[in-house]
Amino acid sequence: MSARLAPSPADPMRPAPWRVRAVRRETADVATLALEPLEGGVPGFAPGQFNMIYAFGIGEVPVSLSGDPADPTRFVHTVRAVGAASAAIVAAAPGSVLGLRGPFGSAWPVDAAEGHDLLIVAGGLGLAPLRPAIYQVLAASERFGRIAVLYGGRGPAELLFRDELAAWGARADVTVAITVDHADPSWHGHVGVVPALIEHVGFDPANTVALLCGPEVMLRFTATTLRAAGVAAGRIFLSMERNMKCAIGLCGHCQFGADFVCKDGPVLPYDRIAARLAVREI
Amino acid sequence: METLERLLLGHKFLAGIDPAFGRLLVGCARNLRFAPGQYLFREGGPADEFYLIREGRVALELHAPARPPIIIATLGAGELVGASWLVPPYRWGFDARATTDTRAFGLDATCLRAKCDADHHLGYEMMRRLLPVMVRRMQAARQQMLDVYGHTSA
Ligand SMILES: Cc1cc2nc3c(=O)[nH]c(=O)nc-3n(C[C@H](O)[C@H](O)[C@H](O)COP(=O)(O)OP(=O)(O)OC[C@H]3O[C@@H](n4cnc5c(N)ncnc54)[C@H](O)[C@@H]3O)c2cc1C
Ligand code: FES
Repeated sequence: MSARLAPSPADPMRPAPWRVRAVRRETADVATLALEPLEGGVPGFAPGQFNMIYAFGIGEVPVSLSGDPADPTRFVHTVRAVGAASAAIVAAAPGSVLGLRGPFGSAWPVDAAEGHDLLIVAGGLGLAPLRPAIYQVLAASERFGRIAVLYGGRGPAELLFRDELAAWGARADVTVAITVDHADPSWHGHVGVVPALIEHVGFDPANTVALLCGPEVMLRFTATTLRAAGVAAGRIFLSMERNMKCAIGLCGHCQFGADFVCKDGPVLPYDRIAARLAVREI
Repeated sequence: METLERLLLGHKFLAGIDPAFGRLLVGCARNLRFAPGQYLFREGGPADEFYLIREGRVALELHAPARPPIIIATLGAGELVGASWLVPPYRWGFDARATTDTRAFGLDATCLRAKCDADHHLGYEMMRRLLPVMVRRMQAARQQMLDVYGHTSA
């Protein structure tokens, strides 16, 4: 598999042109784009990896892959408009062209998690970088112990991939629990923070791997809750976000303590970064 | 009575409690059922009973005029509903509404307060169990206040 993971162009700093094949509006400011290359094929990727997406003339930003790693026909990305570049990507119409380089970075340890109970914990947009891992796991769920997907968002209207969450929740081989920070009484699900969901799912802490993605505050509290429940720090994996420029370990923009998030991350084990997570402004 | 005691002591909130305390508690307890939409209590009402959920889900709601109520938290099996019975003037600070069929133990607050006053070991045991729940809820409320899913934080 690793041979398929090399960045596509010979020059990893040169964005290749990719056409927007389809756009799906997820929420008011989030869209999912399916992209196909104008040159060459679609490189393979591992769940957790990201691409640098360039809105021509505006800016280039790191965006995780959110599609099925088993689909060789396209790259899928889910993007929230927060600034100029991300807004241009969210606004891209089908047929338009974006620059792309990648995939880059480390992956969720999906294969290594086989034989273990698996907790996949996402907050907000963090479900997008975890979705490829969920696809891979659910395609071979018999290889894992108990599987749970825990997802938290601000409110019901801001939840991503609701149809898929419902479909996963209907399966016998996975437990899906969703919570929101606030809701009106038309919402019949959980209200509260993501870590509070952990006590509602069954898992064996001594034999559990946890994959976490979301806002850093949520990651910190979730990791602390998992540690308190007895999950080993080395079996908790977090996807970190830092500003990036080169994405290939050259410029130092994404430095996070001793690690470069673009090369050593974005997926990092908690035992390596716990002390840094607790420090402000790293 | 014997079954109520056994069931009550099987509740997560009372896990591992000294059976002697269990016998004291069961004298204040009753079995309750709430239909979806039914209120366990309303804001401002007398906090004369609190609840240990056995199954189902309860939404804690705040009301403001001319706005739909806001659910601030939901609680499920194994959790405790309500702390105002501990603090004078013993009035609820929010509404608690069952959102699904809910079964719970109700514990009579006057009865339990009297037993805790009479037996400080029991009182201490209850506080030791209640305080972590309250601290966890306060921390969760603070995290919710941070609005972590907002635009500037991921
Ligand atoms: C490895 C990695 C994977 C990522 N995956 C995704 C993804 O799948 N989908 C996605 O939408 N975004 C993802 N991001 C975040 C994305 O790269 C940023 O939102 C983007 O760089 C913002 O650039 P901009 O030019 O649009 O906004 P800027 O002009 O850079 O920023 C505009 C405003 O947004 C804030 N902002 C900047 N970065 C972030 C951020 N990461 N989160 C929240 N607010 C931010 C800034 O503080 C500023 O207030 C990822 C980041 C990394 C490092
Ligand atoms: S972005 Fe340049 S070193 Fe990571």
